[in-house]
Amino acid sequence: MTQSGDVKTLKIDGRDLSARADETILDIARENGISIPTMCELEGLSSPGACRLCLVEVKGSNKLLPACITRAEEGMEVTTNSERLVNYRRMIVELLFTERNHVCSVCVSNGNCELQALGQQVGLTHVHFPYRFPKEEVDASQDRFIADHNRCILCTRCVRVCDEIEGAHTWDVMGRGIESHVVTDLHDAWGDSASCTSCGKCVQVCPTGALSEKGRSVAEMHKRRQFLPYLTMMREGHE
Amino acid sequence: MNGEELQRIASAALDERKKFDYEVNVCMGTGCLSQHSDHVRDSLTKAAEASGKSCHVRRTGCMGLCAAGPMVLIEPPLTEQAEVRYGHVHESDATEIVDSLGGEPIARLNPQLEGYFKGQHHVVLENSGHIDPEKLDEYVEHDGYKALIRALTEMTPRQVIAEIAASGLRGRGGGGYPTGLKWDTVAKANGAQKCVICNGDEGDPGAFMDRSVLESDPHRVIEGMLIAAYAVGAQEGYIYVRAEYPLAVQRLTAALREARRRGFIGKGICETTFNFDIDIRLGAGAFVCGEETALIASIEGQRGTPRPRPPYPAVRGLWGEPTLINNVETYANIAPIIRKGAQWFSSMGTERSKGTKVFALTGKVRRTGLVEVPMGITLRQVVFDIGGGVPDGKKFKAVQTGGPSGGCIPEEYLDLSISYDALISAGSMMGSGGMIVMDETSCMVDVAKYFMDFCMTESCGKCVPCRVGTYQMHRILNAITTMNGTAKDLAMLEELCDLVKHTSLCGLGQSSPNPVLSTLRYFKHEYLAHIEEHRCPAGVCKAIAEGERV
Amino acid sequence: MAMYTTHPAAPSQDKRWKLVDATMRRTGKTSRGLIETLHKVQEAFGYIDEEALRYVAMSLRVPLSRAYGVVTFYHFFTLKPPGKHTCVICLGTACYIKGADKLIAEAEKLLNVKAGQTTPNGEVSLVTARCVGACGRAPVALFDGELSGQIEVPQLLEQLQGWSAQ
Repeated sequence: MTQSGDVKTLKIDGRDLSARADETILDIARENGISIPTMCELEGLSSPGACRLCLVEVKGSNKLLPACITRAEEGMEVTTNSERLVNYRRMIVELLFTERNHVCSVCVSNGNCELQALGQQVGLTHVHFPYRFPKEEVDASQDRFIADHNRCILCTRCVRVCDEIEGAHTWDVMGRGIESHVVTDLHDAWGDSASCTSCGKCVQVCPTGALSEKGRSVAEMHKRRQFLPYLTMMREGHE
Repeated sequence: MNGEELQRIASAALDERKKFDYEVNVCMGTGCLSQHSDHVRDSLTKAAEASGKSCHVRRTGCMGLCAAGPMVLIEPPLTEQAEVRYGHVHESDATEIVDSLGGEPIARLNPQLEGYFKGQHHVVLENSGHIDPEKLDEYVEHDGYKALIRALTEMTPRQVIAEIAASGLRGRGGGGYPTGLKWDTVAKANGAQKCVICNGDEGDPGAFMDRSVLESDPHRVIEGMLIAAYAVGAQEGYIYVRAEYPLAVQRLTAALREARRRGFIGKGICETTFNFDIDIRLGAGAFVCGEETALIASIEGQRGTPRPRPPYPAVRGLWGEPTLINNVETYANIAPIIRKGAQWFSSMGTERSKGTKVFALTGKVRRTGLVEVPMGITLRQVVFDIGGGVPDGKKFKAVQTGGPSGGCIPEEYLDLSISYDALISAGSMMGSGGMIVMDETSCMVDVAKYFMDFCMTESCGKCVPCRVGTYQMHRILNAITTMNGTAKDLAMLEELCDLVKHTSLCGLGQSSPNPVLSTLRYFKHEYLAHIEEHRCPAGVCKAIAEGERV
Repeated sequence: MAMYTTHPAAPSQDKRWKLVDATMRRTGKTSRGLIETLHKVQEAFGYIDEEALRYVAMSLRVPLSRAYGVVTFYHFFTLKPPGKHTCVICLGTACYIKGADKLIAEAEKLLNVKAGQTTPNGEVSLVTARCVGACGRAPVALFDGELSGQIEVPQLLEQLQGWSAQ
């Protein structure tokens, strides 16, 4: 932990702001009501910096930097919404839509889906890259939950919450590149997993309808995440 | 082990050589072994015994010219007679070769190789083809481990770093980061258990410099690592080698065992307080592990996915400790720099690219193999003077450098002098040293598709732009090469190149559009011929109906 | 926290497990040794089956899904037994420029399998490699580990037919 006296001042989108040295650009933006799209990032879990949606421009750096893991620095000048960034974000969301089979009208998360909301946020009116239409599995072997890989965007929130909060590490990513998938144990059916405690944390943090509760019909799946800040806080208290 | 003892080993090894009138070296690198150079060695040994001549038949590493394998080098050790190189040697030639020793060379076996070696300057490869890679004594006789002793006994770690920095050496793995600066950062970083890693995950298809150095002169790499470890204050070292290189692993294992036995690695090295040990880690077929943070993840036993930098490995690397990572060729340059001085090294090359560079010259070129040339030499000299140009009366089209992160350089840039910056300005990069020549029968769109297929299947899948972007780019290139591409596809391809280049997480993702960008820059007419006229100028691609596409 | 000290028993009495155990001990019996151990399993048994993976993961205290993630990330590892003979065709740039794609197409046609598969009778596995680093001799193939350079279609087919006929 840094000392509380260690405060940095920086500019985000022209606004003068201050930050603790351990805060990321994303933390500061959120505190000040500046919206930066995110996907893999979820407060309470580690950030892999993988979805690339929160990339921002920092004056003096020729590379775009992920706001979720880039720490504030004295005198930093950050731009979060240039035309270039807006364009890139729209294309990244578009690529996510083409990767698997996202059909909102029949999805349990319709209306409560982060991918859907993101599409609206970045102004995605149509997808101009061709769809991939892969054949994906639906695993309904678990008593209480369903994994529908058609709707997975490989954000790895399930992997991280299971490892970092539940401590079971039932989920991980198998394969690589476009062939990557999330799996339970040795690619066993979820219902046969020896390590899964059926706690459902993965389901609640999943941004789309890829992981959902059984018995939900179209648009009925609302994710409940209040446990995450609570558990994080309680665990920090134990340290 | 100390300086005097080293001198004794060297003298003894020289005395051993003096016992023979002739030395016959047989290349037993991967290329020549695949043409049964081991049989050639055996029959030469037998022929030498039968003839009664005083002749030492030696197994060596790579002699460079793989196209003419198996290669044999006659080295008269104590006379001023010129070396004689034979190519395409068969075991049945053994008696004739032994008989000719001391007389005229056999013209039949000497397929005019001299042009190949004339323009070269060997620093990294100075021992390749001259010593038995598994005999430490022979390395010592060629000034081996002298630099280590000098560094340990006459120089402070700071002086070693200053010397490397002054030499102007830049990383030979691709990026060209100044080596001295990297060492300095690791040396200054806080950490109790610093690590030194040798990146031997030579993944660029069409490149085999590192394999060859590890097979031919493993002690040189070990010595370079030892000096680095002393300079940055590390005690733990790893050499990460591809599992696809079994011979390199075997020779390296033997060399490490011997170095440990003689007290060059382990505790109290060379009678000082310096401790350092080296272990081998095998890669397992993932190109992305050439990326520093992915390589570290792999050594830690995890999926080889890169993580965002900073923090850089120099600050937080293996097991969270400050870690120095250089590639094989970089370490192979260290001992000569310490031995001969920074000034000697920086007198070679160009203003900002010092020293020599090893290239693997392959593809549509007469003499394929390994070449080491001073930086600043032109591409034309390498391809035409050393490589002998394009065979079969075909016309040169392009030379590809930098692997999947590099690009294709056309004829009009052949007089470009080779340096890190010049290659980047030409839309390619130095990379690790693959140089693949293409002639008029190669279709540049097909080549771009080949590299995109590579990048797509080697993408780790962690970040969205690289994972899905390379798939989309490959799909478009596939459409174009089957004559199903449209102008809209081409626009989309350019859009994707821009996205993937600027938003991917790691260097590999960021550079994956390069083969497309460079072919679009120099060979756009070939793309347009496929799209507008539905024909492939090189005659490689065939029209396939949309529905039948795989 | 309480320590869980039981060590899983080897899947069988097979002596090769002793080699695997030795590798695990050498690498400190932690997750750090996972890839080294998997190399040893594949070297000893030719492939890594589920039972082996489970044993290694439990011995090194690596979560099962993580072990599966690792073994499927690295293409050198195989989860299925290889054929009696293996033909590796190199797809490095130099080999590709010199027609390795045609070699693969012909081999696929003759064996009636796709690259990466084994013939149904278990005789021949057809594999592609990213680059075996013998580019000076392109195009190259490895027949049961032995490298052949400047290979041409008839030579390749003859070798494969020889194996299939056995």
